[in-house]
Amino acid sequence: MTAAGISRLEVAPVRSQFPLLSPSVDRRPIVYLDSAATSQKPQSVLDAMDDYYRTCNANVHRGVYAIAEEATNRMERARERVRAFIGARSAAEVLITKNATESLNLVAQSWGRANLRASDAIVLTHMEHHANIVPWQMLAAEVGFEIRWIPLDEQGRLDLTDLDRLLDGARLLGATAMSNVLGTLNPVRTLTDAARDAGAISVIDGCQSVPHTSTDVVAMGADFVAFSGHKMCGPTGIGVLYGREELLEAMPPFLGGGEMIRDVRLDGFTCNDLPWKFEAGTPAIAEIIGLGAAVDWLEGVGMDAVRAHEVALVEYTMRTLGERFGDRLRIHGPTDPLERGGVFSFDFDGLHPHDISQVLDTHGVCVRAGHHCAKPLMRLLGVGATARASVYVYNDTTDIDALADALEAAGSFFAL
Amino acid sequence: MPGLEDLYREIILDHYRNPRNRGELETPPAVRVEGFNPLCGDEIVLYVQLDADGTVDDIRIGGQGCSISQSSASMMSAAVKGKTVDEIEQLTRAFKSMMSIHESSLEGAEHDATDDADLTEVKLGDLEALRGVVKFPVRIKCATLAWNTLSQAIDEGSGD
Repeated sequence: MTAAGISRLEVAPVRSQFPLLSPSVDRRPIVYLDSAATSQKPQSVLDAMDDYYRTCNANVHRGVYAIAEEATNRMERARERVRAFIGARSAAEVLITKNATESLNLVAQSWGRANLRASDAIVLTHMEHHANIVPWQMLAAEVGFEIRWIPLDEQGRLDLTDLDRLLDGARLLGATAMSNVLGTLNPVRTLTDAARDAGAISVIDGCQSVPHTSTDVVAMGADFVAFSGHKMCGPTGIGVLYGREELLEAMPPFLGGGEMIRDVRLDGFTCNDLPWKFEAGTPAIAEIIGLGAAVDWLEGVGMDAVRAHEVALVEYTMRTLGERFGDRLRIHGPTDPLERGGVFSFDFDGLHPHDISQVLDTHGVCVRAGHHCAKPLMRLLGVGATARASVYVYNDTTDIDALADALEAAGSFFAL
Repeated sequence: MPGLEDLYREIILDHYRNPRNRGELETPPAVRVEGFNPLCGDEIVLYVQLDADGTVDDIRIGGQGCSISQSSASMMSAAVKGKTVDEIEQLTRAFKSMMSIHESSLEGAEHDATDDADLTEVKLGDLEALRGVVKFPVRIKCATLAWNTLSQAIDEGSGD
């Protein structure tokens, strides 16, 4: 597929399914370029959640009456859809959480606390999101293990020269599949193989990769994969932790309460089977159903098509911004479009990201400004913050053109 | 809809391009405090030297941030040099009042207009240029960062 094939005409049938991206008399048009922060939701996802509340709202897993059974069926069917979407072998391996951050905290508090000692080491990367850094730092402060860091090269790719030495004696490797700042696509299989050879488990942050490219957790060779529903056209408040069944069986529960038990007596309790062992309390039922609908919607487009569309948009973006701005604009991360996803952190004209995004806002262009929950990476890049534009399945080349026009306006406004 | 000219007055851009009082002071005797904007991307490092009778002898600013946070810090530094702690407290309240921040109402108490009566006398000077920030609520934290950090520095310098 070439960039020329992505016209407003092709994307139009996709876009029209997103209420917020459709023309409205109430507000000016939105050029939404912040899907890395959260994605827009298609009507079918909104309908699925609304329909649950309107027609079968009831608590799950314990009701004998009809709507309780229907609610349970819809929820567990959604879990099964997620299982198939990521290629997990069993629904027992698909844990529902609040978001990826909670998923990663679950691994740290449950697997980490049971398995890591002061004499151990874990390996993370210098490009990690805080969600795959802070839970480990919190645990390390209590337990005392060492955290080692995989460095980056000048293009924002992992520098794996010393990987074997870093993994020597390590119990865990945590890495993102795709950077939310640099867009870098990491060689996940290489990482998980190296971890396994060193006797370490692998914990993969799939927040940016799962929504944007097809996922097969078995092929990834990962022990744990965390991702959030709201970045993949699903609602907020829902996330997933995939974990290999054998690991999950051996882990102590994370949160305690109802649902996750089999029996409770005055002197103790026994756990429920997987996955419910790790799902305490009433789940976010509507949101799980919404996530299932999001999976259905993405499968309808096809993840290969989603990725191909993005590759073409990445190529168009880098070419357009390069042609229009030259040295004035620097995009961080890999220069090869095939090595990256559609996330672009950039510097422009020496302007601060807050100021860039302010001007862009007056043109209806939505980008993010800040450290993107990756302060160690920001320090490595030598910046306090970047502006970040990111694309998804509902963006097209006219959105990139609008971004470029708005940047031109920002440059003129602040011209020294 | 508020326009960019409401936010980015010429004087703001001047302070952004030519920030006053950049640098460091020796600590001690100066106090060094860091501040971060919850709207991430602004960091400030303040060096404040208070003399024995509670006057700001000298002040320096470091760190990086957007035009609003940097210009507010620059204007603040020029405004507080040579002022007493009490005068600075007045100035801070007047500035925050301009940003529609009334400290008493943050604690849940009703904002009493008479609290502001004494603020009408306070001359904000160049700081008036930041009045437009109020139309862009998310940027208020950019404007107040330096002032909040200054309050902290004064507390530390006064040994509170």
